[in-house]
Amino acid sequence: MEIELATDLKWILACSTLDVPENGGACIKHEDEQIAIFNFSRRNEWFATQNLCPHKQQMVLSRGMIGSTGDTCEPKVACPFHKKTFSLVTGECLSGDEEYEIKTYPVKVIGDKVYVGIRSTT
Amino acid sequence: MTNEKETIVVIGNGMVGYKFCEKLVAKTDAYQIVVFGDEPRPAYDRVHLSEYFNGKTGDDLLMNTLEWYSDKKISLHLNDPVQEIDRHNKTVHSLKGITQSYDYLILATGSSAFVPDIPGVEKEGVFVYRTIEDLELISAYSKKAKNGAVMGGGLLGLEAAKALLDLGIQETHVIEFAPRLMPRQIDSAGSNMLQMKLRALGLQIHLNKSTALIAGDGKIEALNFTDDTTLPVDMLVISAGIRPRDELAKLAGLEVGTRGGIVVNEHMQTSDANIFAIGECALHSGMIYGLVAPGYEMAEVAISKIAGGDKQFTGFDMSTKLKLIGVDVASFGDPFINEPDCRTIALEDTSKGIYKRINISKDGKELLGGVLIGDAADYNMLLQTVKNKLALPPNPEDLILGARGGAVNEGAGVMSLPDDALICSCESVTKGDICCSVKEEGVTSLDGIKKCTKAGTGCGGCIPMVKDIITGAMKEQGMYVKNVLCEHFDYSRQELLDLIKMNNVRSYDEVLDHYGRGDGCEVCKPAVASILSSLWNDLIVKQQPIQDSNDRYLANIQKGGTYSVVPRIPGGEITPEKLIVIGQVAKKYNLYTKITGGQRIDLFGAHVNDLPNIWEELIDAGFESGHAYGKSLRTVKSCVGSTWCRFGLHDSVSFAIEVEDRYKGIRSPHKLKGGVSGCIRECAEAQAKDFGIIATEKGWNLYICGNGGSKPQHAQLLAADIDKETCIKYLDRFLMFYIKTADPLARTATWLNKMEGGMSYLKNVIINDSLGICEQLEEEIQGLIDTYHCEWAEVVRNPELRKRFSHFVNAPEEKDPTVAFAPMREQVKAKEW
Ligand code: SRM
Ligand SMILES: Cc1cc2nc3c(=O)[nH]c(=O)nc-3n(C[C@H](O)[C@H](O)[C@H](O)COP(=O)(O)OP(=O)(O)OC[C@H]3O[C@@H](n4cnc5c(N)ncnc54)[C@H](O)[C@@H]3O)c2cc1C
Ligand code: SF4
Ligand code: FES
Repeated sequence: MEIELATDLKWILACSTLDVPENGGACIKHEDEQIAIFNFSRRNEWFATQNLCPHKQQMVLSRGMIGSTGDTCEPKVACPFHKKTFSLVTGECLSGDEEYEIKTYPVKVIGDKVYVGIRSTT
Repeated sequence: MTNEKETIVVIGNGMVGYKFCEKLVAKTDAYQIVVFGDEPRPAYDRVHLSEYFNGKTGDDLLMNTLEWYSDKKISLHLNDPVQEIDRHNKTVHSLKGITQSYDYLILATGSSAFVPDIPGVEKEGVFVYRTIEDLELISAYSKKAKNGAVMGGGLLGLEAAKALLDLGIQETHVIEFAPRLMPRQIDSAGSNMLQMKLRALGLQIHLNKSTALIAGDGKIEALNFTDDTTLPVDMLVISAGIRPRDELAKLAGLEVGTRGGIVVNEHMQTSDANIFAIGECALHSGMIYGLVAPGYEMAEVAISKIAGGDKQFTGFDMSTKLKLIGVDVASFGDPFINEPDCRTIALEDTSKGIYKRINISKDGKELLGGVLIGDAADYNMLLQTVKNKLALPPNPEDLILGARGGAVNEGAGVMSLPDDALICSCESVTKGDICCSVKEEGVTSLDGIKKCTKAGTGCGGCIPMVKDIITGAMKEQGMYVKNVLCEHFDYSRQELLDLIKMNNVRSYDEVLDHYGRGDGCEVCKPAVASILSSLWNDLIVKQQPIQDSNDRYLANIQKGGTYSVVPRIPGGEITPEKLIVIGQVAKKYNLYTKITGGQRIDLFGAHVNDLPNIWEELIDAGFESGHAYGKSLRTVKSCVGSTWCRFGLHDSVSFAIEVEDRYKGIRSPHKLKGGVSGCIRECAEAQAKDFGIIATEKGWNLYICGNGGSKPQHAQLLAADIDKETCIKYLDRFLMFYIKTADPLARTATWLNKMEGGMSYLKNVIINDSLGICEQLEEEIQGLIDTYHCEWAEVVRNPELRKRFSHFVNAPEEKDPTVAFAPMREQVKAKEW
């Protein structure tokens, strides 16, 4: 469902759909970047964010619990350390610490392959 | 124009006039209602008038909005006082020139502040305290006033004085003609105590003072008293009583009292049967009632008469509780009756500023009345005791002293009141009305009860009692006092556990589909995960993504993202061979080792990828998971006991191992810890645990519901001198009862603290089987014991599960490169974050 507007968006093969547990996450390595991929099978959606929790700089978000909040069912992930929660769509911190924000990435699934869109930083 | 409906005209849109309309439209729409009001705004809550100074606006105080009147088809003429009643033609004429005919006329003109005939009352800076406009004037004038006085030390006068204090007047005086404050409500001992408290609040009180003159040039400057003293003041609020507004009635030739008030009969009819008077303008049996509750009752009686009913007004209880902030003042029943007509018990504590007096009938059977100053918490219950002639305790002084020593009074309380006990006198709501709304309409919130019965919407004094009745009625219904899991589930943990069990639900998704909404969150997922394993005891990693951080990887997550490994060492007993294996494993995987506070060994700093390998080696050496990551049994600490210790009475180590092996792996609402000591010296600190067992000469003492942590609490004795089998039996029942009924993340001590009836109730359940569930509890926990598995053994054997323990799914061999350690005392520690 991602519409490719920017030409600098590069799709990289992240993993197989079977690598990410249902309604859970897993981490992939792309060059020096760690990316957390979430298989929100309950909603039939995939999300990707940075793996680093901005709170204490821990590489753990892929091990966090996902869920949703509010009337709009905003999808979110909770960090395993101190349970700060972040929107999987916008990356903003939902547990009241505005200074924290995480990067989100577009995801597409083709067959049993999961691709993540990386924007080159040049 | 002829109208099929009969017309009722209401003069006065104050609290009682409004209540008349509200009650009438609730009952019938058979009448056309026309209301005339003198004030510029619709009826407001005069009782809470002073809150205007605490930030409430005129709109906040409104009894109802203008839309309400139009919705109910009530024609409301504001700012338009009625000037004349033409009884012959049955019409009224208003200031603005409206002529309105009536079939029934209701006079609800209330009263105005009584202003004594003292020279100078007309001066600038002299106010009364009755309407929002009065308060606006006072507030504006107070800005330039340094000192002020209130004339009148009655209920309203003291309220006005508090308002002056709140307005920032530096020096506020109360001038009272009588020798004591609130002479109509309280006795002189109570008044002395009240004076003391008010002085502490900053009020200056002058008794036995009668004012001769309000001095000043155009505006008030001082008060001159008849004893030739003078008090300089910048402003004065007169609160010397009320004067019923009967001028209109007098003009129309209706009978009025010599000291004011429109004379009414028991149906609230005036000397003209089509004209009624209600509220503060009505004089019934020689009494003007200056409170709102009797006014509301009068409204009810008048409606009943018009509609052909036969309700009568037979006088009203004048018990009051003053809402003067900082000081409780209450009087109820007959506060003044004296010995020898009754027995009086009084308590006076000048250091705390408390005075309590109760008057008891000579036979000691009935409470007649009393006074409470400084602490009126018991007001509602005492008032009900008077009104309903409730039986008194054997030592009536307990009523004001509270039960001292021994068992706390678990008794009676609100639920012992009869159904017709009047709880909210403002809205005449009985206990039965409230119970009925709870039990038959399922209303369980205070707001809900306010909406459907109106209880608590008047002076608000009954609210604590209403709350207790709601809870009491819910309990009588067997309803659970609502306590929901999170935004995704409207159930408590206990309710959800029952539903999941009854319907044999096995996965989180099914639970969410059937009983919840949305996609779940980090609160309900682990809570449901815990329920599922407490019921079915499946391997938790099968539903890995719903497990809490530590349970998800069967290890405790550490700073930096590594994990710790804690093998089970039951009772703290370990062989040298096993110690060696732990040492070898720690060396091989570069782990920091430490003896824990729970008598075992923790290995810190394991990469997630290494966990299965580490455990494989440990399991080969005969270890199993220690569940240090789980909300489940941690350790059963032991002391060495009779095997070596010269004081030991029994073998505490063997018993600790037996108990630890019995309950290991069972998931519970929070973690569980135990301890077994070989004698009363208590080296295992068993009384600081969720369950503690201590050897005695005759057997074992079993203690439950203790913990250390941030709020330490000692465990309490459940049973003394029991044998091992009985001890295990009680433990089985206790643990399973806890597992089934506690809130998520409530330790056993917290669970007990919230339990109605406390330890004596719990004892009854566990030992006397008062709920008849013990057999079931024993079976259920046996089921969990029989299905025990070491979850690490299962993971190590299962290649699919092992695969989940990697950091990068696209590079499973690689470890997280950001993990870093720092050296410390020949070992390593996690890098600071
Ligand atoms: C390792 C150990 C400290 C040590 O080096 O000695 C420890 C370590 C932790 N404790 Fe503890 N507690 C340890 C003994 C204790 C004790 C002493 C005891 O058990 O006799 C207590 C007080 C007794 C009690 O629990 O009543 C204790 C009271 C707590 C509490 C407070 C519990 C409470 O009810 O207030 C927590 C917080 C919690 O569980 O929510 C806690 C939580 C923790 C956690 C699990 C925090 C966490 O979630 O990461 C720590 C994890 C360490 C790890 O990664 O392994 N730990 N903790 C001890 C492990 C014992 C064991 O062998 O399993
Ligand atoms: C500060 C303060 C605190 C109080 N605290 C308490 C308390 O804690 N507990 C308690 O029970 N009571 C308390 N009271 C008393 C309570 O407010 C009164 O008992 C209650 O308001 C009486 O209601 P009512 O409708 O009879 O009179 P009011 O509320 O006075 O209403 C009468 C209305 O009729 C209007 N009116 C008069 N003549 C005409 C006319 N000719 N044409 C049209 N309209 C007319 C008046 O302007 C007024 O609006 C307090 C009163 C005050 C002032
Ligand atoms: S006391 Fe605090 S710091 Fe120490 S182990 Fe327990 S939880 Fe960690
Ligand atoms: S490190 Fe993620 S919430 Fe603290």
